[in-house]
Amino acid sequence: MAKLNDRGFLQASNRQPLLFDWIFSVDHKRIGLLYLYSVSAFFLVGMMLGLLIRLELIAPGPTIATAQTYNALFTLHGVVMIFLFIIPGIPAAFGNIMLPLQIGAQDVAFPRLNLLSWWLYILGAFMALTSLFSGGGPPDTGWTFYVPFASETPTNVSLALLAVFIIGFSSILTGVNFVTTIHRLRAPGMHWGRLPLFIWSLYATAWVQILATPVLGITVILVMVERLIGLGLFDPARGGDPILYQHLFWIYSHPAVYIMVLPAMGVISEIIPVFSRKPTFGYKAIAASSVAIAAAGSLVWGHHMFVSGMSDTAIMVFSLLTFLVAIPSAVKVFNWVATLYRGSISLEPPMLFALAFVFLFSIGGLTGLVLGSASADVHVHDTHFVVGHFHYIMFGGTGFAFFAALHYWLPKIFGRMYNMKIATIAWAIIFVGFNLLYFPMMLVGLHGMPRRYYDYLPQFQNLNVIATVGSWVLAIGLLLMFVNLYRGIRRGTAAGNNPWQAATLEWVVTSPPPEENFSQPPQVSHDPYDLQQAGKP
Amino acid sequence: MNQTTHGALSFRCLTTVWILLLVLTGITVGVSHLDLGAINIWAALGIATLKASLVVFYFMHLKHEPRLLVICLFITLLTLATFIGLTFFDVLYR
Repeated sequence: MAKLNDRGFLQASNRQPLLFDWIFSVDHKRIGLLYLYSVSAFFLVGMMLGLLIRLELIAPGPTIATAQTYNALFTLHGVVMIFLFIIPGIPAAFGNIMLPLQIGAQDVAFPRLNLLSWWLYILGAFMALTSLFSGGGPPDTGWTFYVPFASETPTNVSLALLAVFIIGFSSILTGVNFVTTIHRLRAPGMHWGRLPLFIWSLYATAWVQILATPVLGITVILVMVERLIGLGLFDPARGGDPILYQHLFWIYSHPAVYIMVLPAMGVISEIIPVFSRKPTFGYKAIAASSVAIAAAGSLVWGHHMFVSGMSDTAIMVFSLLTFLVAIPSAVKVFNWVATLYRGSISLEPPMLFALAFVFLFSIGGLTGLVLGSASADVHVHDTHFVVGHFHYIMFGGTGFAFFAALHYWLPKIFGRMYNMKIATIAWAIIFVGFNLLYFPMMLVGLHGMPRRYYDYLPQFQNLNVIATVGSWVLAIGLLLMFVNLYRGIRRGTAAGNNPWQAATLEWVVTSPPPEENFSQPPQVSHDPYDLQQAGKP
Repeated sequence: MNQTTHGALSFRCLTTVWILLLVLTGITVGVSHLDLGAINIWAALGIATLKASLVVFYFMHLKHEPRLLVICLFITLLTLATFIGLTFFDVLYR
């Protein structure tokens, strides 16, 4: 096992027991790693639940679960994956670690608030898991908690909602922290036109976190009030409006999709120029499109409600606005492709995941347009087509970007390199398994198979069997990838300070970075993708 | 933020704002007795926004804060107004 001379911030301080040294640390890198371990653990939990869902759907009728169990399974899969993995995944884990490093700061603006945010996240996660084994049993509403069902079902929805409320606070604190840090703590010379694109995406994301998450808090409180004292807020018989719930829920939950995918796009914008050995094509356009996606994406929530009984005029307006979001999204994709064009491309694992992102995100985005046009949506609404579509965005997009970030930044964080060959094999298995799993879902959805049922008509079986087999392939690939990364950070060879010859600031410091990041504020003298200047501040 | 830059608000100014708030509260109650159809919601939200602005600008000293902070708050309010506006827009045409 190669010895690293300097373990940087990973070095135990001997001031207090090792565990306390971590869980009460206010160092952004340690908090980021706490998040990274937590979200990875919940990803594995969500993955197991997903495998169980697929196993149930391998044949019509009850296979391994009853209807009620199946409802609980997909609810839990959604809640765990969305609130405990994807939303905090990239911003809270990699954002926390990389944001101060990339802008040349010592830490985030509010280190203690940062630690509080992780503790709130853990408290919320603990409550969400407790809701499974207490009260009326695991919630069965789906992660969307639609009323009137959510206000009437006897299962333990209230505790799960409280958990979501608390996790929401954790997300807001991260957002506040990031906005303040980016405004106040940039190193000399790091003006807005030199911010790495990952930072731009975090900045746009942080605003959405601050502005949209409170609406989610209000919404879940209203449902809890409804359950506890029955005000009739969503009950038409008493002057309420059930569609009001859907408005409130999606006012947060659609922008939340951008909380999930914007930082992912940021990661891709970091990786593609480095592995093409070319400056980013259209830096300003990519940076501006992050902000544009955040702004426009906050106005399109109605496209989740086309068949809910919303007014036709509102449907047309929301449909139009939805199409507008496609423009900045496409700006990004075209700029990435233009960056690749005539670049000196090296297909190392981070790049492979990044390229898979562009491919899968494009499929997810284009199928999103099918759903965004109201007339087509009427036919495919609530079918497996929707399930396939959002897994292409959320997993093929954000999930693959998360893996890309793992392969790109773990050598920096731990100072050790994983096995490249195994990482490439794992990538290939994951890519094949992913498409085997989710593409048939879209097909079976177009044939009319509804989502959220444990049972289906016999003619849908072939595609479902393919999808279930795909889920096994995917799981094998994921396990191989995680084992390889774990072995890498434990026993890998020393990675060096700048294994990819990248030019952003985090590669200037040692791997792992020292506790105080920079001994003195670096004087930034070049653009983030000026690769000739790699290794210099 | 340096406290000395704030400049204490005069008693007269604070009292005027307080009386304005009371008057606006009276108007809110008055308007609620009239049936103006869709305008009702505009009136109620408009008056509430005006009152909140007075509180934030005078009692919470936003008037004396740097421009950036004012812009940040304005973006927040604009977003909230848009959220509420688009939601009521659906109800209006239903």
